Amino acid sequence: MALINASSPHARGPVDTGMVMRQVIYATLPGLAILTLLFGIGTLLNVIWAILVALLCEAAMLRARGRPVALYLRDGSAVVTAVLLALALPPTAPWWLTFIGVAFAIIVAKQLYGGLGMNPFNPAMVGYVLLLISFPVAMTNWVGGAPYRTPYVLESVLQFLGHGPLDGLSGATPLDTFRTFAGNADALDRMIVLHGRWAGLGWEWVNLAFLLGGVYLLFRRVIGWHIPLAFLAGLAVPALIAWQIDPLRYADPLFHLFSGGTMLGAFFIATDPVSAATSSRGRLIYGVLIGILIWVIRTYGGYPDAVAFSVLLLNLAAPFIDYYTRPRTYGHERAKRGAGS
Amino acid sequence: MLARLFRGGTREIFDFPGGIHPPEHKSESNTTPILPGPLPSQLILPLNMHIGAPARPLVQVGDKVLKGQHLAEGNGAVSAPVHAPTSGTVVAIGPRPIQHPSGMDAPCLVLEPDGEDRWGDRAPLDDPFALSPGELLERIAEAGIVGLGGAGFPTSVKVSLGDHQRVRELIINGVECEPFITADDRLMRERAADIVQGIQVLQYLLNPERTLLGIEDNKPEAAAALRAAAVGADIDVRVVPTKYPSGGEKQLIQLLTGKEVGSGGLPIQVGVVCQNVGTAYALKRALFDGEPLISRITTVTGDAVARPGNYEILLGTPVAELLQHAGVDQTRLQRLVLGGPMMGFTLHNPAIPLVKTSNCLIAASTDLLPEPEPEQACIRCGACADACPASLLPQQLYWYAKNDDLERAQQQNLMDCIECGACAYVCPSHIPLVQYYRYAKGEIRIQAAERAKADRARERFEARQARVEKEQAEKEARRRARQQANRAPAPAGDNATALKQTSLDASKAYKAAVKAAKEAETRDDPDLARYQAEVEKRKTAADRAKAAVRDAGKAAPPSTDAHPKAEADLKKQVADASAAYKSALREAKAALAEEREDAATLQSRAETLKAEADRLKATLRDARAGQPASAPTAAPDPVEELKKAVAEASSAYKAAVKATKEAEQNEADDVARLRAEADRLKAKADELKQQLRDAKAAAPATPKTAPPPPAAAASPTPTEPASGGGQESESDEEAAKRQKRLNALKTAYKMAHKQYKEAHSALDRARRDGAVDLAAMEARVEKLKAKADHTRDALDALMDETKASLLAHTGKDLKTLKLDAARAETALRDKSDELKRLRDTADEDTLKRLTSELGTLEHDAHLARRALKQALEEHGLAEE
Ligand code: SF4
Ligand code: SF4
Repeated sequence: MALINASSPHARGPVDTGMVMRQVIYATLPGLAILTLLFGIGTLLNVIWAILVALLCEAAMLRARGRPVALYLRDGSAVVTAVLLALALPPTAPWWLTFIGVAFAIIVAKQLYGGLGMNPFNPAMVGYVLLLISFPVAMTNWVGGAPYRTPYVLESVLQFLGHGPLDGLSGATPLDTFRTFAGNADALDRMIVLHGRWAGLGWEWVNLAFLLGGVYLLFRRVIGWHIPLAFLAGLAVPALIAWQIDPLRYADPLFHLFSGGTMLGAFFIATDPVSAATSSRGRLIYGVLIGILIWVIRTYGGYPDAVAFSVLLLNLAAPFIDYYTRPRTYGHERAKRGAGS
Repeated sequence: MLARLFRGGTREIFDFPGGIHPPEHKSESNTTPILPGPLPSQLILPLNMHIGAPARPLVQVGDKVLKGQHLAEGNGAVSAPVHAPTSGTVVAIGPRPIQHPSGMDAPCLVLEPDGEDRWGDRAPLDDPFALSPGELLERIAEAGIVGLGGAGFPTSVKVSLGDHQRVRELIINGVECEPFITADDRLMRERAADIVQGIQVLQYLLNPERTLLGIEDNKPEAAAALRAAAVGADIDVRVVPTKYPSGGEKQLIQLLTGKEVGSGGLPIQVGVVCQNVGTAYALKRALFDGEPLISRITTVTGDAVARPGNYEILLGTPVAELLQHAGVDQTRLQRLVLGGPMMGFTLHNPAIPLVKTSNCLIAASTDLLPEPEPEQACIRCGACADACPASLLPQQLYWYAKNDDLERAQQQNLMDCIECGACAYVCPSHIPLVQYYRYAKGEIRIQAAERAKADRARERFEARQARVEKEQAEKEARRRARQQANRAPAPAGDNATALKQTSLDASKAYKAAVKAAKEAETRDDPDLARYQAEVEKRKTAADRAKAAVRDAGKAAPPSTDAHPKAEADLKKQVADASAAYKSALREAKAALAEEREDAATLQSRAETLKAEADRLKATLRDARAGQPASAPTAAPDPVEELKKAVAEASSAYKAAVKATKEAEQNEADDVARLRAEADRLKAKADELKQQLRDAKAAAPATPKTAPPPPAAAASPTPTEPASGGGQESESDEEAAKRQKRLNALKTAYKMAHKQYKEAHSALDRARRDGAVDLAAMEARVEKLKAKADHTRDALDALMDETKASLLAHTGKDLKTLKLDAARAETALRDKSDELKRLRDTADEDTLKRLTSELGTLEHDAHLARRALKQALEEHGLAEE
């Protein structure tokens, strides 16, 4: 009779890292569907392609680092990185753009830092920012969506293969448009793209879909409420204040909440546990600061969206936040806080 | 306060942070009434079923005993006796395997029941409250009652209060928060009245302001039964929400009172005493019925038994017999847990007995309790921190424990971890966090024990040192007095008073430092090390001052020395210092050979002395180099220097020998000292000779050519060029990384080795117990061994690599490194002295030059120090 000899606890909770990652991927599906519906199958192609690239890079790196490839591939984290990055890319992204971003995210931002759990920065966002800085034109080229027609499948495939932008279909995102014409009442009025139900045309649906996925994750307890809520509040509150002061110059809070990568960022990207703050209080601070930064960069910065930069900046601050939000241990008078201890 | 919930109107319940809700698995065992356990063929009664000293047997092999008879008596303040659970014969007294994480055997009484179950004398009390508390406590102790809920702390000890202790709350723990266990649940349902009687005894003993009974809301029947039984008694039954680990003592106190027990403290310090419902029941039985603790309720559950439920077992019942009794299916039995699934221990040997603290036995297949899954990377998800009832950061603790960073782990309050397992339960990466904490805590305890030992050794050493010094000083004083009586005042007398004053001051400073350090020690000052260093420094200073006084005192007038007095002093100091070093070295060696505890201290002392001697030597050389009279050339030839030194030393030695001889003839009383002096001088001469030989060998064939550059002759600096700062720091980083990896590997190896050892001993026991199917176990042992070996190999390889790189990096071995460091320090000190001396007189250029030289020397010294430190760390490693 061979009895198992193991250390307590003998019961284990149902949650498993692989499972967590799978849930995250499922939760992106509504958003992916809406993106595909509005902007053509470019995003879908890129997601699939990104997953392939990510798995290959991850496997190669694991092998090179002498880690058990199968065990670590099963944690699904590489797939999540790939999916999130591909979702953040414009649907017109050609294959090489995705390839560079994903390979950089996995090889440099993740594996070279020591693999899952060791990376200080969100790998998907590192990849995204690399592309944004290196290929600004390709990264801001959105096609389809109202008021344009959705590209046909063949057009999207050609795009993916790297055959030029589609004439008559490309345009800027509502965020871009608003910034360009901020303060000019007439122009703002004329820009159809800005006149969705609550936010930019089309984009509100994309964000709604990601919000839906996010709520699912909250419901399944895959993520906590602290970061998303703080994130959205951090974005909405300054937006509300500024908008009250000057509605022509500053976009309204709903516009901010439902444009660009807001919901994807709040529920899927900022919640990446590895690079976020760890305590509940720390996560509130972390989320709020990301939200505020997004508003600041969107309003005063020169980039089309600010989720990636804000998340990376706060990744940088996360260890610091952790140091100062350590909980007070049971039976101790005071918490041991600060970088020294 | 958010943590404050209100339940049932007026009853106030607090909350504690964290906690988890694992599947309860209570219904498997709590639907049937308590059943009697088996009457086994043998009862195995460990002498230590409790915390504290093992009991002392009162019976002998062959004795016939009656039920309830004293078999072994408590031994010392914290202990508990053992009674016969039934009538029968004592067939053996000796080591038997018991439930212990380390799998050790322990002394046991083995009783063979005669089946008659005949009681011995029982002395039930009609009214226990007629007895004084003291008498009651005695009875409780005699009945062998210990805490039945957890660790088995003797109850009589726990409920005897100190003079100034007051109990505000008596808390009765009926929470039973671990999944699977229902022993207390059934007990409360079926014997609530008895429990209440037991609680009343506790109230009588402790006189609390209020009595709170905590019970989880998943046991409504038990709560109702208790409420009914408690009518008229001053007991407040409070239902707490189901959450693991609300039954932990600290958590329950927090739940019911909102108070926290201070870190490392006891509940009584916040006016609380906790007792388990099972203990209260045992008290009732012991006092009202006169039955000592000979049985308990144990839950048997799990999917490998046909009749799960609660059994009232006789203490000492072997696990195997109880399993049999409950209808175990051996083919399904894959994991056997004694205790709950969160904090229990796996058993490898079903022959071990159930004891006073055994509340649950889980016989599970891997369907119910699956094999541990492979550990994956921590994704910093924070789930563990959210679950921790002690508000620790388990992921950080894990990180520190894994890297053997015990200091940091302690700083993050590792010792406040209650090992509840909530963190490991929720960890999505299946990291066996608690296992890491246990390991780290064990290491910390070992280290603390070692430190305490070293401290004691150091104290002893210092005391002896002080004694020896005092004796020497007294002798010296006597001798000086004699000398002064015989002789005219020494020419150096004027200087002597000043020196004496310095010496007095220095020793005063030393004593003050010692006192400060002692105080720091008693108040646990984190800066203790600094204080101790200060003491060392002061001590050296005082010693040196003393030596100076001594020298001044005996500076003999017929000195024909051509050198000025300062140099003579220096020489003397050098001689003294090296003699001191040598004797310290001898002592250290002796200590090492005898494996005395203070060897390390002695060694480090010798090291210090050597550095001191080296420094003095260098100073002397400098002084000589700076003497135009003795060295007319700008750059004195070291060989010549040495030759002269040798000649001086030998003549000094000869003179000393002569003096000794004379003294012997005159039967003077300081012969011994003179002889020692002569020996010392001889050693010195020998050393110089050796140096001369070395120097000659090292000198170029034609001695006249190329004298060494003056700087090198005056103050040898480390040969390492101070080049490429960037490169330096880079390799530093690498070294740090390697060190980290080394630590991690070391931990991994220790864990692997431990697992292997455990598996191995489990196999041994299984073999001894004649188990048949050993193949799987053997395979496991092999696997673990291979793993441990593999890790060891990796560790060795890494260590070799580290060593090799260190050697390549510095190209020197430890000894040279030490020398280098000492030399560099000396050079640095000399240079700064020089700078100080010349600050007011020298011109700007010289000062600038000196300053820049000082900078270089500082850098050199830093490099040398660091190289040495690295090497020493390396060395420490290699010794393991
Ligand atoms: S629960 Fe596990 S994976 Fe998550 S932070 Fe804690 S140790 Fe890391
Ligand atoms: S085992 Fe220790 S660290 Fe883990 S949850 Fe319990 S108290 Fe916290």
